Amino acid sequence: MTAQTLAQKLVARAVGREHVAVGELVTCAVDLAMFHDSSGPRRLKPMLETLGASVWDRQRVVLVMDHYVPAQDDDSRRIVQLARDWARDQRLPHVYDSQGICHVVVPQHGHIRPGMFAVGGDSHSCTGGAFGAYMFGIGATEMLGVVVTGEIWLRVPRTIRMNWRGRLAAGVSAKDMMLRMVTDWGMNGGDYQAVEYAGEAVRALGMAERMTLSNMTAELGAQVGLVAPDETTAEWLKQTGVTQGLEPAALAHWQTDDQAACDDHAYDASALPPMVAAPHSPANGDVVTAFDSEPIQVAYIGACTGAKLEDLRAAAQVLRGQRVARGVQLMVAPASVRDMALAREEGVAQVLDEAGAQWLPSACGACAGYGHTIAGDARVISTTARNFKGRMGSAQAQVFLGSPYTVAASAVRGQISDPRQWLS
Amino acid sequence: MTVQRRIWRVGDNIDTDALAPGHAMKGGIDGIKPFCLEGVRPDFASGVQPGDVLVAGANFGIGSSREQAAAVLVAMGLYAVIAPSYNGLYFRNAFNVGLLLLTCTQVHGLQDGQTLCINEDATPWTLQSQGQTPVTCEAVPDFLLRRVRMGGLLNELKHRMAGETTDER
Repeated sequence: MTAQTLAQKLVARAVGREHVAVGELVTCAVDLAMFHDSSGPRRLKPMLETLGASVWDRQRVVLVMDHYVPAQDDDSRRIVQLARDWARDQRLPHVYDSQGICHVVVPQHGHIRPGMFAVGGDSHSCTGGAFGAYMFGIGATEMLGVVVTGEIWLRVPRTIRMNWRGRLAAGVSAKDMMLRMVTDWGMNGGDYQAVEYAGEAVRALGMAERMTLSNMTAELGAQVGLVAPDETTAEWLKQTGVTQGLEPAALAHWQTDDQAACDDHAYDASALPPMVAAPHSPANGDVVTAFDSEPIQVAYIGACTGAKLEDLRAAAQVLRGQRVARGVQLMVAPASVRDMALAREEGVAQVLDEAGAQWLPSACGACAGYGHTIAGDARVISTTARNFKGRMGSAQAQVFLGSPYTVAASAVRGQISDPRQWLS
Repeated sequence: MTVQRRIWRVGDNIDTDALAPGHAMKGGIDGIKPFCLEGVRPDFASGVQPGDVLVAGANFGIGSSREQAAAVLVAMGLYAVIAPSYNGLYFRNAFNVGLLLLTCTQVHGLQDGQTLCINEDATPWTLQSQGQTPVTCEAVPDFLLRRVRMGGLLNELKHRMAGETTDER
């Protein structure tokens, strides 16, 4: 049996073969197609009508309203209403309306399992790779092809394996790992191949942190960002109601074989300091101390990348008993309604309240420049994935990226700050 | 056939949010056109003519899956984008919406405002700007060239569903 990477095994299964070779062009059967209110119905409905075609398998489709909710104006209302009407007309069985951001809501409802082959109508769909699924983002027309045929083509990728030895220090997180890697390799360093995150430090991460790694694979320019499934994956998925595919034998299969060829890169987690990316690129990173005393007026904790329950807990660790600095706005948009409810239940939300946080809806919001946006020439530090010029609203805004720890610490001082000093 | 095109030059790392800004995404393509590259080349949206080419640096199209970032260039009549490398998701989107992407590592000699001769009969295609020696492009896979010539995947699916055979790849 030829040794294969996890990526090859996942693609081979979707092709219906035992083995696929790197570089081969193949057609894959899609297990799950996810899209949202911006990329989904408003684009798919007219194209399906033009073709006189219908959805190939409604059970395999998940629709999430997260970009234009809550609707702020007539155009947004029209887009969201169209999505709701279409979901009803199509009798879609899996619809999550205003429940949070698709990349977090979909796994939280048990739709993603190890071994699956899935696509999403959003660039951060690679988040699904955290569960050992081959999941990647596509555009609306390509989604039309999937929705009509149930298939998609791809070129079998090489695997770039990021081996993280050691353990992260307190106050250092998956976000810092990604800002380090994106800075080292650039926004196209992934070359649209498969990245696999491996090593002791990755194994030690919980699922939310693994999701952050896979999520920001989009910023590395890879097609997928995989973490091989293990007991941590199985335990998390059991909580969401997943029963199939979590047996030890299944988990043992979805691993890169020892002899499989990978481009290996080594990192030492224990030596990683908190990282910050300066305007206007996630690849524009450096250690947090290089930005010490940069003034900020807005601290934003939001997005699929940086506002899951675990991210809110990280912020709360820093903010407990603290107040945000005078003149600083701390805005928090939890990644899902469920994460918000749990944060409230365990007292994390109260810590953020007492620190002076303002809560925003669980939606994409300012991250994508769609909902509440950043105005004027504000200097912002954010837990989001992208700080392209103008992305969060104003082209004059200066957006720095950091982990939830770093954003929280910076909010307290009103300046970009190393969070480790708050966590002794 | 050799065709002559006017060059618009931009740099590295042009992102989808610069091509199709978030604030313009609620409307259709016509609503995005006036803001295409507003933060990078404010003269582009008003000045670009059908048949022009956009010559960019490395990593063109990084960022979002929004295919409007490619469709807007089709709507403006752009003949092609020419760059040394593209974001993979953008690359797929472009051909799906009928935008030709040419990959060429030697774009440094291609200057803004110049006329570019594209020789489509050569294998691989060559590009030649005024006073420069011709440079070659990477070959575009046949199935993608066919897709872009048909105006994108939607048209291809229309033909396929009407019973005409086209190879998926």
